[in-house]
Amino acid sequence: MKLSIIDYGAGNLPSVERALRNLGAESECITKPEQIAAARALILPGVGHFSAFVTGLRERNLASALRQALTRGIPVLGICLGLQAMFASSAEAPGESGLDLIHENVQALPTNVKSPHIGWNQLRRLRESILLRDIPDDAYFYFAHSYAAAAGEPHTAAACDHGFPFSAVLEQDNLMAVQFHPEKSGEAGWRVLRNFLEWAQ
Amino acid sequence: MTLARRIIPCLDVDAGRVVKGVEFAGLRDMGDPEELAARYNSEGADELILLDITASRDGRATFLETVRRVAQQLNIPFTAGGGIRRLEDGNAVLRAGADKVTVNTAAVERPDLISELAAQFGSQAVVLSMDVKKTRAGWKVFIRGGAESSGRDAAAWAREGVARGAGEILLTSIDRDGTCSGFDCGLTAAIAVQVSAPVIASGGAKTFEDFLAVFDEGHADAALAASIFHTAEHSIGALKRYLAQSGVPVRLSR
Repeated sequence: MKLSIIDYGAGNLPSVERALRNLGAESECITKPEQIAAARALILPGVGHFSAFVTGLRERNLASALRQALTRGIPVLGICLGLQAMFASSAEAPGESGLDLIHENVQALPTNVKSPHIGWNQLRRLRESILLRDIPDDAYFYFAHSYAAAAGEPHTAAACDHGFPFSAVLEQDNLMAVQFHPEKSGEAGWRVLRNFLEWAQ
Repeated sequence: MTLARRIIPCLDVDAGRVVKGVEFAGLRDMGDPEELAARYNSEGADELILLDITASRDGRATFLETVRRVAQQLNIPFTAGGGIRRLEDGNAVLRAGADKVTVNTAAVERPDLISELAAQFGSQAVVLSMDVKKTRAGWKVFIRGGAESSGRDAAAWAREGVARGAGEILLTSIDRDGTCSGFDCGLTAAIAVQVSAPVIASGGAKTFEDFLAVFDEGHADAALAASIFHTAEHSIGALKRYLAQSGVPVRLSR
């Protein structure tokens, strides 16, 4: 099955493509809503600013196409800012709306911890997770972000604590997302991508 | 659950080869960048930094090709820089496969470069590299590979860089670089308490104890070294096991 990586016009797609290639998966970068409509499984990677990201998605009519794909049951994996975009809004861009698939807000990390949260951290599992299947509990993943979505029921499958417990792995029906970068998280990260691939088949 | 302290090998490259200088001068060939990158990735390095120390501007295309090839070897974060003067230089390095870009001299000369890069690529992609030397007037930032004092105070510059959007500080002690006399823990701690962003300590690493000291006394979030890893004097895996036994949180599993 071919995976479609949504290219909203800024993000570091080559590393995601390379990881998928190494896992033996076929992938393509897509930029148009009709390509989202035709996709079998979607990956939404994101880095940079929330505002540029959601504006980029909206202006290319990708946001509504993505929402429709989710409604049709197409598996979607959001990465980093791609997780935050699933929420209603972010403190990084007040007044700007996200995809609002989860009706909560993304917050800034508090000032009593190092920010950005950059580096390798572990997860706290809150329930059975599809993406973390066969990954040791003490595995580390690479994070690089200054904003985060507080862990919440029922969407958060695993949390990470940095200032407050936030959604590190989100699984809600066919919507999956991770705050860390699986493509940059060594063997454990590649296993997350493989788990998504296998589940999406 | 704690944020792990990172061990970061650094490759200084000139004309497509890894080199190493002592106190910012006198280069020696240390090997092939792709081979070293692959080795560090499999030994459990937490990140890799590639710095272009080519003097001439025409070496640029060669460096980007090295970035492209090294990126293929990695499934860990990858930072590249050296000679980044404009937004387009940063873009070229990121497009070639790096996740973050470091800026140094050009940022001192035109601090807006940091703001521009952060606005375009996000703070998580911008590493402010500063070369610092102790003077009678305190710790000062030096530019052009350590050759010239900028007159800027190190702590003030670190604060300004982070305020402008740098997501990390790569702090090199010129006094210690290449000397194998240990990290400058005093300098590292002085900067780490000043900024919210993580600080990567660099310059002077020799023994496992040096790394322990820079995490404990220097409050470093990450430690960088080059020659001691290149010569296989120390393996990254052995270093991280030592740190774990000494109570430093490190990532052991791959």
